[in-house]
Amino acid sequence: MKLSTNFVKDYVDIDVDLKTLAEDMTNVGNEYDSAEKLINATNLVIGEVLKCEMHPDSDHLHVCKVNVGNEILQIVCGAPNVRKGLKVIVALAGATLPGDVTIKKGNIRGVESNGMLCSIAELGLESKFLKPEDKDGIHELPQEAKVGEDPIKFMEMDDGVIDFELTANRGDLLSVLGMAHEIAAIYDKPVKEIDLSHNENKEDINKSFKVVRNTENCSIFLAKKVENVTICESPTFIKNRLIASGIRPINNVVDISNYVMLETGQPLHYYDADTLKGMLEVRMAKENEKLTTLDNVERTLSTEDIVISDGEKAIGLAGVMGGLETEITENTKNIIIEAAIFDSVKIRKTSKTILRSEASTRFEKGLDPNRTYMAIERSCHLLEKYAGATIVGGLVQEDSTSKEDTKIDITFEKINLVLGTIVPRKAVLDVFRRLGFTYEVKEDTITVLVPKRRIDISIKEDLIEEVGRIYGVNNIEGKLLELPARAGNYDKQTRNIRNKMVDLGLNETLSYILVNEKEAKDFTKDDTEIIKLLDPMTEERNTLRHSILPSLFKIYEYNKARNNKDVSIFEIAKTFYKNKEEYGEEKKIACLMTGEFYLGVDNKKTVDFYVIKGIVEELLDYLGYANRYSFVVNDTIPDAFHPGQSAAISVNNDVVGYVGRVHPEKCKQPVYVMEINLEKLLSKKVGKMKYKEISKYPSVKKDLAVVADKNVTAGEIATCIKKAAGSLLNSSTVFDVYTGTGLEENQRSIAYSLEFSANNRTLTDEEINQILEKIIANLEKQGMTIRK
Amino acid sequence: MKEQIEQIRQNAMKEIESVRDEKELNDIRVKYLGKKGELTALLRGMGALSAEERPIVGSLVNQVRDELETKIAEKEEAYKQEELKRKLETEKIDITLPSNKVKRGSKHPLNRIIEEVEDLFVSMGYDVVDGPELETDEYCFERLNLPQGHPARDMQDSFYVTPEYLLRTQTSAVQARVMMENEEKSPIRVICPGKVYRRDDDATHSHQFAQVEGLVIDKNISLADLKGTLEIFMKKMLGENTQLRFRPSYFPFTEPSYEVDVTCFKCQGKGCNLCKQTGWIELLGSGIVHPNVLKMNGYDPETYTGFAFGTGLDRLAMFKYGITDIRLLYQNDVRFLNEFDRMD
Repeated sequence: MKLSTNFVKDYVDIDVDLKTLAEDMTNVGNEYDSAEKLINATNLVIGEVLKCEMHPDSDHLHVCKVNVGNEILQIVCGAPNVRKGLKVIVALAGATLPGDVTIKKGNIRGVESNGMLCSIAELGLESKFLKPEDKDGIHELPQEAKVGEDPIKFMEMDDGVIDFELTANRGDLLSVLGMAHEIAAIYDKPVKEIDLSHNENKEDINKSFKVVRNTENCSIFLAKKVENVTICESPTFIKNRLIASGIRPINNVVDISNYVMLETGQPLHYYDADTLKGMLEVRMAKENEKLTTLDNVERTLSTEDIVISDGEKAIGLAGVMGGLETEITENTKNIIIEAAIFDSVKIRKTSKTILRSEASTRFEKGLDPNRTYMAIERSCHLLEKYAGATIVGGLVQEDSTSKEDTKIDITFEKINLVLGTIVPRKAVLDVFRRLGFTYEVKEDTITVLVPKRRIDISIKEDLIEEVGRIYGVNNIEGKLLELPARAGNYDKQTRNIRNKMVDLGLNETLSYILVNEKEAKDFTKDDTEIIKLLDPMTEERNTLRHSILPSLFKIYEYNKARNNKDVSIFEIAKTFYKNKEEYGEEKKIACLMTGEFYLGVDNKKTVDFYVIKGIVEELLDYLGYANRYSFVVNDTIPDAFHPGQSAAISVNNDVVGYVGRVHPEKCKQPVYVMEINLEKLLSKKVGKMKYKEISKYPSVKKDLAVVADKNVTAGEIATCIKKAAGSLLNSSTVFDVYTGTGLEENQRSIAYSLEFSANNRTLTDEEINQILEKIIANLEKQGMTIRK
Repeated sequence: MKEQIEQIRQNAMKEIESVRDEKELNDIRVKYLGKKGELTALLRGMGALSAEERPIVGSLVNQVRDELETKIAEKEEAYKQEELKRKLETEKIDITLPSNKVKRGSKHPLNRIIEEVEDLFVSMGYDVVDGPELETDEYCFERLNLPQGHPARDMQDSFYVTPEYLLRTQTSAVQARVMMENEEKSPIRVICPGKVYRRDDDATHSHQFAQVEGLVIDKNISLADLKGTLEIFMKKMLGENTQLRFRPSYFPFTEPSYEVDVTCFKCQGKGCNLCKQTGWIELLGSGIVHPNVLKMNGYDPETYTGFAFGTGLDRLAMFKYGITDIRLLYQNDVRFLNEFDRMD
């Protein structure tokens, strides 16, 4: 909302500069975007062109002698309309103009020039406000303009404009009167009465005109008739105030309708009465009903839109924009004024699908029905005064609104309790008085009567807000909560997992959960429907991911494009699923590794399956799942994984995730990924960490090289060894894998280092040898041999 | 005899003084103190002495032997020291060559901020709670006093997947969940950090960003409590000199509602392009929980009051680490991520 300070000063006497007013309004909750003079220029003066000759060295420049009052200046001017005798706006040397322009004495093609003759555009007015003659020349002031005086004052454009960003609840501030009440409350000033006075003829409009309400989405509809208007240009103050408010002046009648809307907040519509058929009907539009609006665009309506009809067809989009057919033209003589209130939700819908206007913005926020009457009367006052209108007696009224003040009881105690301070009684009552609310005090209770204009106020808490606002929230001291001490809880497990992954040397990422449709189910084989956005911003981000890996893969590609070859990243985040009509989300951890994995500055390893498998094992061991997990190859492994270098991660024989190389068809470079469903994993209970006694007796190490068919996995051999060894085997570690000379084509040798110990004695050679024999026997039974 | 002993002593001392290496020293030891050494020989020859002389000579010989042993030991020690020094000299390394640092990974800057916020509030007795990111319209809007048709829930602002489900636009959605899930309707002290989503994407807005929501419900919770809490929060996050400015505002789920500005991080309040010369940065939304919200979620507004606040964490992270483009937070360039491997 752009507020003209000249306009608001009609209703409240204030003497503060523009910035102070803007800041003071901000402090009571009305933020502003800008606070500027309407014409932001200095050192301007009215001049008269005394002499105007062609520039000796140009075919369009003129050299002028301009009287600026105290001296006569030579100024070079390029405008086609400059001529002797013209009254002009002169920017003197040193003048600043909008757009950071500074005027200096200078020399234009060899001729001295001591200033500039200005057009209106050069004074910073938007082009939509320019008259045709102002578009391509300097501004021509009328002859009565006095040389040497301030042209901005002369044009009545010495106004300040504050552009407020209002909160959604303060519809009342979309009016100069509402602003006046707010400003009056801040500075403790009275608000002046609006002049509604006018004469009316003896006729009664009700005899010749009627209004029919055929929808409940219109709570009040008033119509008034005025006759014999003279259409002409508006008085300067009306034009300038419209311009300051961002509205283009058209003619006196149209301008008055806009002016009254700005003043009262009540949008009006003026119809050319002679295009109507003695009635107005408000009803819902028919499906696909057509209407050409004022802007000459044919609109297709739906049953959700409210329309005004002439009894036969739609002639206006209620609350949004009038129709072309019944608009005010230069030939209009008689007018029907419509002032109504339409349902805010319906108008919001219509303005969202069709178009938003100054009027619809106001209807969307809600209006005070008292203003509906006021706006009609004010229209009559101004039309009589500035358009020579005769006002027809009577008013057509269809009204089911309540205009009574809102009555709210509140106690001083409640106010102080919520604000957490003691606001003196007098200060509380002062706030209500300054806001123009009447009240009665009985003991601790205040009964406040809030005028309808403040439609945002309906409950006690709203009044507390008003006290806080006007009393000044920054006058309230902050204090610490006085609540019983307690230990706060947080998700330690996720934090621990994050810390562990960082300890292992991986970088944590944070990626977008929205991916494209193809990626959504990449890296999973789960039987879930994809979840698409109804209204995505781009096709690239139109689906909720079901796995974090597509996002990590994108991050890999982003880094690859930037020549970051070594990427070891992880992310803990939610993924989304839909089963039948049920939506859900699961926390997962995913990890992607490629290039070199740095363990230290000169200690690095090229990432392969075993590196990422190690990360998985470290994490599972850390979480307490040691000895409860295995890596298995089965047909649940998603297609995006390399079929020969991937595994399902199984904990307690339940698959919780996958690890492996990205399928070479998807990515030529060796990139390894893993993903674990944390909900699934962490639901498997883990016992408390307990100290396990360290054996006092020395352990014995034995090496064993097992030759087996290549198809026999290391895991199978290890199981075979463990089964035969029994409880005295502490650990078995692979230290060599060999194929080639000495072995048959299909054979492989895997060397294990076995460590044996007992808690209660030193193991004898005999015992160890017995165990080894058992192991060997078991291996041989499975068709394996020992390499000597 | 005495002269003989003295002579041996003097000779031995002279020889020890002029010894050139450890071997020579050992030879001297053998020559004088060995089994067949000169002093040992003297002791052996003591049988020829009278009973009076024997103890005198004996003690004299022992005295000289002790003296020589000490001297030799000193000399030996000196050799050892020299030897050690030489050895250490040869082991000298260039300590300015690079170390073999153990490389750790790093936490994402936004999660660092979240952890910091969590730690602060946990220390003040708040629970950290989590809620769904794919939220129902009911919890995201309806239960927060944002009925159908309210301007703040425009389709263009939210990502709906069905008319009922949407990606939450605000962590405030968790407010209603916490209240509804609390069956005893007992006091509440929680924060909820998390991801939120809006249809918005440019240099300062991301369609996905992080917020933290705070909610306290108890008896006699006031605006002054809210102010005190936010003062601590902001001072801990942004520095002790941070000032707060409360501006009345409007949110459907709080009444009264306030927007909170903090001293501009960039210029410390002097005025710069970041704060548009105002010296303030708008950072939080807050207020006293609207009685309708309490009522709708089962709390009696006559008994309980509460405050709620919310703030964007991306901006906090950007300020804290001097990140100028929000997109850096979501691009995950590993060079960027690697920078976050130290404490604050």
